[in-house]
Amino acid sequence: GLFQDKNARPLALSGHVGFDSLPDQLVNKSTSQGFCFNILCIGETGIGKSTLMDTLFNTNFENFESSHFEPKVKLRAQTYDLQESNVRLKLTVVNTVGFGDQMNKQESYQHIVDYIDTQFESYLQEELKIKRSLHNYHDSRIHACLYFIAPSGHSLKSLDLVTMKKLDSKVNIIPVIAKADTISKSELHKFKIKIMSELVSNGVQIYQFPIDDETVAKINTAMNGHLPFAVVGSTEEVSIGNKMVKARQYPWGVVQVENENHCDFVKLREMLICVNMEDLREQTHTRHYELYRRCKLEEMGFRDTDPECKPVSLQQTYEEKRQEFVGELQRREEEMRQTFVQRVKEKEAELKDAERELQGKFEQLKRMHAEEKSKLEEKRRSLEEEMSVFSKRKAATELLQAQFFGAQKKKKKKSSS
Amino acid sequence: MTTNIRYKSRFMKSEESEDKQYVGFATLPNQVHRKSVKKGFDFTLMVAGESGLGKSTLVNSLFLTDLYKDRKLLNAEERINQTVEITKHTVDIEEKGVKLKLTIVDTPGFGDAVNNNECWKPITDYIDQQFEQYFRDESGLNRKNILDNRVHCCLYFIPPFGHGLRPVDVEFMKALHEKVNIVPLISKADCLTPNEVKKLKDRVRDEIEHFGIKVYQFPECDSDEEEEFKQMDKELKECTPFAVIGSNTVVEARGQRVRGRLYPWGIVEVENQSHCDFVKLRNMLIRSHMHDLKDVTCDVHYENYRAHCIQEMTSKLAQDNRTDSPLPILPLPTPDVETERLIKMKDEELKRMQEMLEKMQQQMHEKDQ
Repeated sequence: GLFQDKNARPLALSGHVGFDSLPDQLVNKSTSQGFCFNILCIGETGIGKSTLMDTLFNTNFENFESSHFEPKVKLRAQTYDLQESNVRLKLTVVNTVGFGDQMNKQESYQHIVDYIDTQFESYLQEELKIKRSLHNYHDSRIHACLYFIAPSGHSLKSLDLVTMKKLDSKVNIIPVIAKADTISKSELHKFKIKIMSELVSNGVQIYQFPIDDETVAKINTAMNGHLPFAVVGSTEEVSIGNKMVKARQYPWGVVQVENENHCDFVKLREMLICVNMEDLREQTHTRHYELYRRCKLEEMGFRDTDPECKPVSLQQTYEEKRQEFVGELQRREEEMRQTFVQRVKEKEAELKDAERELQGKFEQLKRMHAEEKSKLEEKRRSLEEEMSVFSKRKAATELLQAQFFGAQKKKKKKSSS
Repeated sequence: MTTNIRYKSRFMKSEESEDKQYVGFATLPNQVHRKSVKKGFDFTLMVAGESGLGKSTLVNSLFLTDLYKDRKLLNAEERINQTVEITKHTVDIEEKGVKLKLTIVDTPGFGDAVNNNECWKPITDYIDQQFEQYFRDESGLNRKNILDNRVHCCLYFIPPFGHGLRPVDVEFMKALHEKVNIVPLISKADCLTPNEVKKLKDRVRDEIEHFGIKVYQFPECDSDEEEEFKQMDKELKECTPFAVIGSNTVVEARGQRVRGRLYPWGIVEVENQSHCDFVKLRNMLIRSHMHDLKDVTCDVHYENYRAHCIQEMTSKLAQDNRTDSPLPILPLPTPDVETERLIKMKDEELKRMQEMLEKMQQQMHEKDQ
């Protein structure tokens, strides 16, 4: 770290200098700037994401009841300005819409991954700008991801495992057991152990509350052992004793949200907001964002050192890349031109062939036609011959008949008279 | 003579029979009762729904037994590409001399994979197989030992965590509603407050109607039933889909040992009607409508299957008949344009010749006269 440089020798002070106010100066500055925090809530429709956010931040965010019939997973982001004491917080809550509803959920994680990457990309773009204003930039990167596990009491769902595995290198995942008032204490204990062991055996890295800072190490270590937090959310109040508390009223009893014996809500609030919010922001920036940036730049072909292990500057790399790109463009153009010429030639040849074929057919048909015609002429002549023969015979027959009938008439005349 | 008197003295109870001529067939119900007790009953119940919704616990609670002692649950990783299996558990249970052969058909893996397209197919195939087997047995020569493995009722578990039905619920019920009696249930109802239960039930009922899903309908009461019974029946119908809770454990509540779930904030009693509809479900499924479920399976679903089967068989037969005819209908080669023209010409010539012949015939005929 900062204080491991062997060349700097520690110096003893003989009086009070006053730089111990530095943290206060920093705090003053950041307080006047305001803080920004972005939470992503992933969970099935109706699992209680919005209610938990309302309960955590003691407010009523605009909530929409989603349908179960969304064809694809979507993300809905809403930004709010909150204030507590003199501290201003710009809070963005991003909720999944339709997560877990589709018949085929193989692509469900993709939209979430894309969203997270898009926020990283925006930040990267700002960083790479020539004229940039990072201190004014509204940081939309996700600082914490609350993953809502359904209270089945058995284990994670297959979708949960697949999704968390895709996200664990991009965002701080804090898994929570939602609607925990349906699990009894003994079931909960077994459920938590099963979930954690499944995460470990599948190599899913969830966010660990930091234990390197002495002041919070103890509480963070203890809390790490309670993960995943079993939460119950409620914005409705029930009177217990002489107080109004956030609770859910059942015929068999009242579940108090802030009663640590009933659920881990208080632990979640403590860890997420009171103790580790700043660490979550820092981890997002120094770990997840840096990983994204490095991968992205490597993809684009940037290296810190060239093949001969000499440091390479960004500008050099950029110029190389540009030349490469222009060269590639020219090559493609040439290729296209050649392909075009080739195609034209081929088409011409094809057309010539077709013409010849057609000509041949035409000749053949003409010949056939002439043949048929002569045949028909033959037939006609023979038919006419037959007809003339027939007419002659007819005439002969008629004559015979006339003679016969003539004779008959004479006979009749003779017999009648 | 003696026999008549004996029967008279044993069964003559009502005043009516004293006045009328007594025949004795009023004893038929008793005879039916007696014979059925001797024969015993059988019932096949299917449970379907995603894993973790309390299906096994509910079955154990319904039949007050533990059917799932040695089962192994899969991990999330193993379930990513899981296919749906069909498993059967058969138990013989007896109560007050009445024997019941109960078969529970489970569908592990349903809805658990990441890609659940057509995940109901193994289930519909299974139901059809049972119908087919019964159809074959029924049509056979020796019908002494027909085993009825047809599914009489399917309990479908809807998760209480959402706002209503999900695509997988709709598709499953639509694939099965004409093959089996579907009784949809809202599972793990101890996660819903009374208002939430009502809202969800209304929503599910509306969606069932909207999607045209035909769930099992309770038969209408006879008009001459007692008022109390009619009232109970009405309440039962308005309560669907039943919101149920199950439990494998016995807890102490209000001085009694009951099946329930122990929470830090209270105890949920499975058989407490103000906590959930378990009792209604049990009454409906076992105490009053078990036989009706069997009847509807036999009279409606099975008959539909049988009629459909027979129709398919006869239409196939008709198709086969056509292709085996003695005169094969060969397709004529389509003549080309040239030949067609020639044929036309020749036709015309023939026509002309025929006309000439007719004229000549007429002339001859005229000359005769």
